[in-house]
Amino acid sequence: MKNNSLGRAFLLLVIAGAIGYGIGLGIDFSIRGELKLSASVPSAFALLFSFTAFFFGLYGYRGITRGLVFQVVGTVIGAALVTGIRALMGLESIGAFLFTEPAWVFGALVGVISFFFGVGVMTDWVKWARGIDTPDHHEDEPGWQKYFGVSLDHKVIGIQYTVTALFLLAVGGTFALIFRTELAASGLDFLTLDLDVFNQNGPQLYNTLMSLHGMIMIVSILLGISGIMNYVVPLLVGAHDMAFPRMNAFAYWVAVPASVLLLLALILGGFDTGWTGYPPLSSRAPLGVQMFFLGVFTAGWSSILGALNVIATVVRMRARGMTAMRMPILVWASVATSIIALTATQLIGLSFQLVMFQRLFGMGFFDPGKGGNPVLFQHLFWFYSHPAVYVFVLPGLGVISELLPVFVRKPLFGYRWVAMSSLGIALVGFVVWAHHMFTSGMNEYLRVPFMYSTMLVAVPTGVKFFSWVATMWGGKIETPTPMLFVLGSIVVFLLGGVTGPPNAMVALDLHLHDTYWVVGHFHDTIFGGFVFPFFAAIYYWFPKATGRKMNEFWGKVHFWLMTPSFFALTLGMMFIGLRGMRRRIVDYDPALGFDGAHLFLTVCAFLIAISILIFFINFFRSIKHGEPATGNTWNSRSPEWQVPSPMPAHNYEVPFEVVGEPYDYGLPGSKFVEFAAKTAGKH
Amino acid sequence: MRHFIVVGILTIIASVLLYLGLSAAHLMPVAASAQAVPIDWMWNLILIVMSFFFSLIVVPMGYSLIVFRRRRGETGEGAHFEGNTTLELFWTAIPLLIVVSFSVLGARNLAQTLARNPQAPVIKVTGLQWSWRFEYPADPETGLVVVSDQLHIPVGEQVLLRMTSSDVIHSFWVPEFRVKQDLVPGRFTELTITPTEVGSYKVRCAELCGTSHYSMEKPVVIQSQADYEAWMAGELEKAKLASSSPEGFGQLLVQQNGCAACHSITGGTLVGPTWLGLYGSQVELSDGSAVTADDAFIAESISNPQAKIVKGFESVQMVQYAFTPDELSAIVAYIKTIK
Repeated sequence: MKNNSLGRAFLLLVIAGAIGYGIGLGIDFSIRGELKLSASVPSAFALLFSFTAFFFGLYGYRGITRGLVFQVVGTVIGAALVTGIRALMGLESIGAFLFTEPAWVFGALVGVISFFFGVGVMTDWVKWARGIDTPDHHEDEPGWQKYFGVSLDHKVIGIQYTVTALFLLAVGGTFALIFRTELAASGLDFLTLDLDVFNQNGPQLYNTLMSLHGMIMIVSILLGISGIMNYVVPLLVGAHDMAFPRMNAFAYWVAVPASVLLLLALILGGFDTGWTGYPPLSSRAPLGVQMFFLGVFTAGWSSILGALNVIATVVRMRARGMTAMRMPILVWASVATSIIALTATQLIGLSFQLVMFQRLFGMGFFDPGKGGNPVLFQHLFWFYSHPAVYVFVLPGLGVISELLPVFVRKPLFGYRWVAMSSLGIALVGFVVWAHHMFTSGMNEYLRVPFMYSTMLVAVPTGVKFFSWVATMWGGKIETPTPMLFVLGSIVVFLLGGVTGPPNAMVALDLHLHDTYWVVGHFHDTIFGGFVFPFFAAIYYWFPKATGRKMNEFWGKVHFWLMTPSFFALTLGMMFIGLRGMRRRIVDYDPALGFDGAHLFLTVCAFLIAISILIFFINFFRSIKHGEPATGNTWNSRSPEWQVPSPMPAHNYEVPFEVVGEPYDYGLPGSKFVEFAAKTAGKH
Repeated sequence: MRHFIVVGILTIIASVLLYLGLSAAHLMPVAASAQAVPIDWMWNLILIVMSFFFSLIVVPMGYSLIVFRRRRGETGEGAHFEGNTTLELFWTAIPLLIVVSFSVLGARNLAQTLARNPQAPVIKVTGLQWSWRFEYPADPETGLVVVSDQLHIPVGEQVLLRMTSSDVIHSFWVPEFRVKQDLVPGRFTELTITPTEVGSYKVRCAELCGTSHYSMEKPVVIQSQADYEAWMAGELEKAKLASSSPEGFGQLLVQQNGCAACHSITGGTLVGPTWLGLYGSQVELSDGSAVTADDAFIAESISNPQAKIVKGFESVQMVQYAFTPDELSAIVAYIKTIK
C-alpha cells in the first residue's frame, strides 16, 4: 500500500543519499587530495542519488525514476565527452567541481534531453516518426501511481504541476527562512566569512540562497498557474482534454529536469547575481550561474508550450454556445496570461543564453571591453521579466473573479470590463519594462514615457478592484476557506497595487529603487495575485479532484495565521526600505537601528511558514481522510460542478451546451450550461 | 441609499485617518539635499492618493462583509444586477485622469531633481568591488589631485558626480539625499547633489555587486565651507607627504583603492587573505604548492590575481588592478611594513 511504499521511498532516499555522498567524497578526495565534507561534488551526488532512489522506492524503475537516471547518466556522458575532447586538445580538463564549466554545461544539456527519453514523454512522437501508430488516449493506471509517470490526461498533469509547484514553494520558502534567520540580527551570525559550504563563504551562500529563493519561487508560480489552468480550463470550456495532450505532458516534464538544475546551481558553487543575473556580475559569477541559466532556459519551454496549448484549447475546443462573452472569467485570464507567456518568455531565455555564450565562447555581448553593453541585457531581461509579473498574477485575479460570485451569490459585476481588463493589463504590460531601469543609466528623459505607460496599468487594475467591490455589494456573502483566501487576495493585492505607483514616479523611484520598499511591494503583488488565489483555488477545486473536502477548521487556521503575519511582514519591509534598508544584503549597518524590525520580520516569516506547514498536512491528510464531497460542494453554476466528483477520466460523459450567462446567481430559473440527454452519444 | 451614504462617510474618515497616521509616522529619513525636497513633496502627494484608494476599496469591502453577510438560517441569493456601464466608464475615466495628471507632475518633479548648475564642480566617482573612490578637482595651485574613499562636500554647494565602475554595476545611494544612480562599467553616468544639512552620512551601494555588496559603504561628510577647506588642505598635505616615500605612497594607493575592504592589516580574515606578516612568508596555494611572498608574487597577485590563488580563497574572484610598475612597487613597499 501507499504508506509502505512511502516508508520504503524515504529509507531508500537516506541510503542512496549516503552512498552518493560517499562516492562523491571519494572522487573529490582523489582529485583534491584532501577530505572536505562540505565540498560540492559529494553533495551533488547525494542530491541526485537520493532523489532518484526516492522515486524508485515509490514507483519502481519507470516514469520519473527512469527520467532522473537518464538525466544523471546523460549529464555524466555529456560532461565526459567534453572533458575527453578538451584533454585531447590539451585544454584544462578538470575543474573546481570535477568537470570544467563547458563540460558541465554541455553535460547538463544532454542530461535534460536524456530525461525526456527516460521519462517516456517522447515515446509516441518517436513512434510516429518511425511510422508506428499509437492510440489517441492512453488509459492511466488507477490510483496515485499515475502521477509519477507520463500521463496525457490534463487533470493528472494539472495535479502534477500543482504538487511540483507546492514542492518548490517549500524549497524556496526554506531558503527564505535560512537567510531571514541570518538577518534577524545585524552582524554575520552564522553565514560568516570563514564558512565554507559548496565552495562558498557565508555572504556568498546568502547571495546564492537569496537568488535561488527568487527563481525557485518564480518557477513554482509558473508551475502553479499551469496547474490551475491545466486542471480547470478544459473543464470550464467543456473539452475532453487540452488541444495537444502530448505537448501538454512534455511541457510539464520539462520543468522537472529544470528544477534539478536549479537545485544543482546551489551546490555547484552557487551564484551571487540575484535572480536578475545582470552582467558583468553574472559573467564572472561561479559555475552555479550556468546551471541557473540553463535551468531557467529549460523551464521557459514549459511556459511557452503550456501557453500555446491553453490558447489552442480555448480557441478550438469550447462547448456549443460558449461565445467569447460567455466564457468563464478564469478562461479569459488564462488566455491573457498565455499570450504574454507565449510571446515574451523567449526574451529571458535569450538574454540568459547570451550571457552563457559570453562565458563559454568569449562573445562580448555585454562586455564593455569588447564593445558590448551591460544595459542592453537589462532591456532584454525586463522585456520578459516585467510582463512575467502579469503572467503570475492574471490567473490569480481570474480565480478571484471566478470564485467571488459563487460565495457572494451574485453575478460578477461588469463581466465584460473584467474580462477586457485582463487583456488590457497584458497589453500595457508589454510597454513598461524600462521602469525597472530608472537608475540604470539609460537616457534620462526616456524614463518619462515609461512612467506614463506604467501608471496606465493602474487603470485596468482599478477596474478589477471596483468590479469586485461592486460584486460584493448587496450579496449574501458566505465565508468558507476558499472565500477567505479570495478576500485575502483582494486586500493583499490592493496593498501591492497602491504601493506600485510610487515606484512608477521616476524621481520618487530614485529613492525607492533596490530597497526593501520594493521587496515588500512585490511580495504583496505576488501573494495577492498568486499565492492567496492559488490556495483559494486548491481549497475550492480539491473536492473536484479527490471527491473529498480539505478540513475547514485547519483551512481557517491557515488563513488567520498567514494573513496577519504576511501583512506585518510586508509592511515592515516597506517601512525599513523607506528608511534606508537596501535589497539583497546579508548584513546591515547596526547604526540604522533595524535590528528590532528585522527580528520582527523573521518572526513573521516563521509564522507564515508554520501556517503553510498546516496547509501541507491538511492537504495530504484530506486526500484520504477528508470529508466526502462528491456533489456540487459550493453550489456553483460552473459546468465542472454539475457532474459528480472526482471528475471522470475523460471529463464530461455527455457534452454540455451553454444556455446562459456564467454568473447569473440570483436570477431564478437561469442556467449556465445544460447537458444533452444521456442517449445523445459521445463527444 | 443609506448604505451608500454610510460607506461614503466611512471611506472619507478612513482615508483621512490613514493619511494622518502615515504622515505622522515620518516614514522617510532626514532630508539632507535639495533634491530630496521635490521627492518628499511627491511622496506626500502619493500618500494622500494611496490612503484614499486603499480606503475606497477596503471600507466598502469590510462594510459588505458585515452588512451583506449571509445570516444564520438565511436562504436565497444576492440581489441580481450584472453591471452598470456608466459606472464602469466613470471608474475608468477618473483614474485615467488621475494617472495622467500624476505623470505630468512626475515629469516636472524629475526635471526639478535633475536641475543642474553648469558651473558645479565635478567629482569623479569610481565604484569597485567593494569600495568607493572619489577623485576631487585638481588643486589650482599645485595641480595635485586628492583621491579618497570618503565623499566630502561643502554644505549648500551643488556638485556633479561623474561616475563609472571598474568591474560590475554598482549604485550610488545616500538615503538622506534620496537620489540614486547606477555606476556602469564602460560608460559614465551622472548625478547632481546639493547637500543642505551638515552631518555624517553613508553612501551605500544599492546594486547587488557580489560577495561583499552588503558592506560597500563609505562615509559621506557634509561640512561647512571652512571645515571642508581644512579637510582638503589636510588631504593635500597627506598627498604631498606620501609622494616623498614609497611606503607612504603605497599606503595612500591602498587607501584610495579600498583594498582594506577585503584585506585586513591586523590578521583577521576578510574576503581575501590578511597582509599582516605576509611579506616573506610561505603562502600555500590552492593547487597544493607553496610560494614565498616576495615582490614578484605580490605584484603579480595585484595585477593578475587569478594566476596564483591562495588556499582557502578559491571562491573569491579578485579584480585585476592596472597599476604602473612604480605604483606596484610602492604598494609592495607598504605591505613590507605590515608586520
